[in-house]
Amino acid sequence: MTASTHRGDRSLAAGQRPATPRAGTPGRPPRPRRPRPLIAFGHWWWALPAIIAVTAIHYAATAAGGFFAFTDWSGIGSFEFIGWDNFTRILADPVQLGALRNTLLIAFGSVVLTNVIGLGLALALNRGLKTRYVLRVLLFMPVVLSPLAVSYIWKFIFEYNGPLNQFLGALGLTSLQKAWLADPTWSIWVILVVVVWQNTGIAMVIYLANLASVDPGIEEAAALDGAGVMQRFRHITLPSIRPAIAISTTLGLINGFRVFDQIMALTGGGPAGATETLATEVYKETFSLGNFGYGAALALMLTVIILVFAIVQQRVTRDRSKEGQ
Amino acid sequence: MFHYTRWTALREVLLWIVALIFLLPFYFLISTALKSDAEVFSTNPVAPPSAMELGNFAEVFTATGQSNILLGLLNSVIITGGSILGLVVLGSLAGYVIARSTRRWSKVAYYLFLVAITLPTQLGTVPLYIGARTLGLTGSPWGMIVLYTGMLLPLSIFLYAGFFRGLGIAYEEAAVMDGATPTQVFFLIVLPLMAPATGTVAILAGLIVWNDFFTPLIFLAGSGAQTLPVAMYFYVGSLVSQWNQIFAIVIVSMIPIIAFYLFAQKKFMQGFAGGLKN
Repeated sequence: MTASTHRGDRSLAAGQRPATPRAGTPGRPPRPRRPRPLIAFGHWWWALPAIIAVTAIHYAATAAGGFFAFTDWSGIGSFEFIGWDNFTRILADPVQLGALRNTLLIAFGSVVLTNVIGLGLALALNRGLKTRYVLRVLLFMPVVLSPLAVSYIWKFIFEYNGPLNQFLGALGLTSLQKAWLADPTWSIWVILVVVVWQNTGIAMVIYLANLASVDPGIEEAAALDGAGVMQRFRHITLPSIRPAIAISTTLGLINGFRVFDQIMALTGGGPAGATETLATEVYKETFSLGNFGYGAALALMLTVIILVFAIVQQRVTRDRSKEGQ
Repeated sequence: MFHYTRWTALREVLLWIVALIFLLPFYFLISTALKSDAEVFSTNPVAPPSAMELGNFAEVFTATGQSNILLGLLNSVIITGGSILGLVVLGSLAGYVIARSTRRWSKVAYYLFLVAITLPTQLGTVPLYIGARTLGLTGSPWGMIVLYTGMLLPLSIFLYAGFFRGLGIAYEEAAVMDGATPTQVFFLIVLPLMAPATGTVAILAGLIVWNDFFTPLIFLAGSGAQTLPVAMYFYVGSLVSQWNQIFAIVIVSMIPIIAFYLFAQKKFMQGFAGGLKN
């Protein structure tokens, strides 16, 4: 997950240039180009164990899963090939449609919120403040914790007798007090809050890394020319952090689609299925109920959604970054 | 322009207030874990504990069976360490030849790994489970190491390939001129240079493995080899609103990773920020 997409994005762009990847290292005198190196680096079969492992564990397993999505297999015994039946059943089931809606809500909601808050924190902590390093370390801390542990803390906060309702009571807002996680309307928003709290730090450090490479001189010059804070942000900062926006939103989206641990710890999918997502439904159908075929169909839907959004996102952000340069 | 002014000081104070609100959950975590059973049910959840009650922590270590936290810790250490070792060895070798080879296959292999990163694991989980069960890999830490190594290799190869591409070949060329074989070049020249990439791989992959809940929940189900998050899940599952005890195990489970994070925080943030720039 994480940093990989970033590197991938850049390496892809580099790979499309006609030059060989290792030519043109900056700061070195240009060497005469050869079509093929005269010396060998390593042996090709060094990559073989990795290729076999990844082909088996990622591709073969996924392909097999895709196959079972069109069967009624229960995990043991024989199975029938049933075409698109699983998918028609999914699309006719209000629980699964709710899970689909929740998956999209959490993915997009968390992307928007983590990026807005993360960018705000990055801008505030970019330079100037004496304690900016300490603040960065503190604000990034939730990222390294297990989502399960984080969820338990928040479950307590949102309890009926928990700190949040106490706080609302102290403010005289007793009408707002409720059992947050048992409320079908509010529970999904609680999960969103927990996901955002834990992942904001990732967006923050991605933006900080990008901002560090922006020359403060340009902004300084613009300020001397009388550009206001908002103008400087729109015309100088925003165009230069487009790569970070691309990486951070793609990553956030992919992670948002996969949210599982938080839901298992906070609500278990309840109340009455109000917080089910595709990931939790896949788990329940396949491992609790033994509907392997049906669960595989749900997983295939999730896979297709993630791949489609990953591709769309790559396209959109790549075009924009070209236009920005 | 960026002198420290009164406005900067104000901004600093404001950000500390934001940070303290942001970190408020940790206050609830610690203060509640130190409360006694009687106090946790009777008093205001926001109030600090009246006395330090460490019994909750002692209780955590007495749990047996699936919620045995020490066994979970041991298994998590073995699985995370073994997976990192596999990812570093296989990932660096594959990443190296893929980055250095100009042949067509290396580009194909590169995209094979690239796509595998975005591919979600859910769809492959069931066939993988059946495959692992057939091979006898379920229910043991060794099976988990094999599984995680395969699952996270694309990420590892990606980071290594990106690193080697940026490294330049001057050292390696010089070594070859002096008569070194490809194997010697890798182990004597490249291996010592790749420490930064190895650090990033170890931190990112290690964190994913260490915190993972879904995979061990399924692949270690019913065995005595649960990992830390799963042991915590079962421990919490046996309690009803005894938040002092729940938070005691949450704190115990967090201590190793927070200690490690504070020790290597810069490397953690660099890893997430996209890596190997520094």
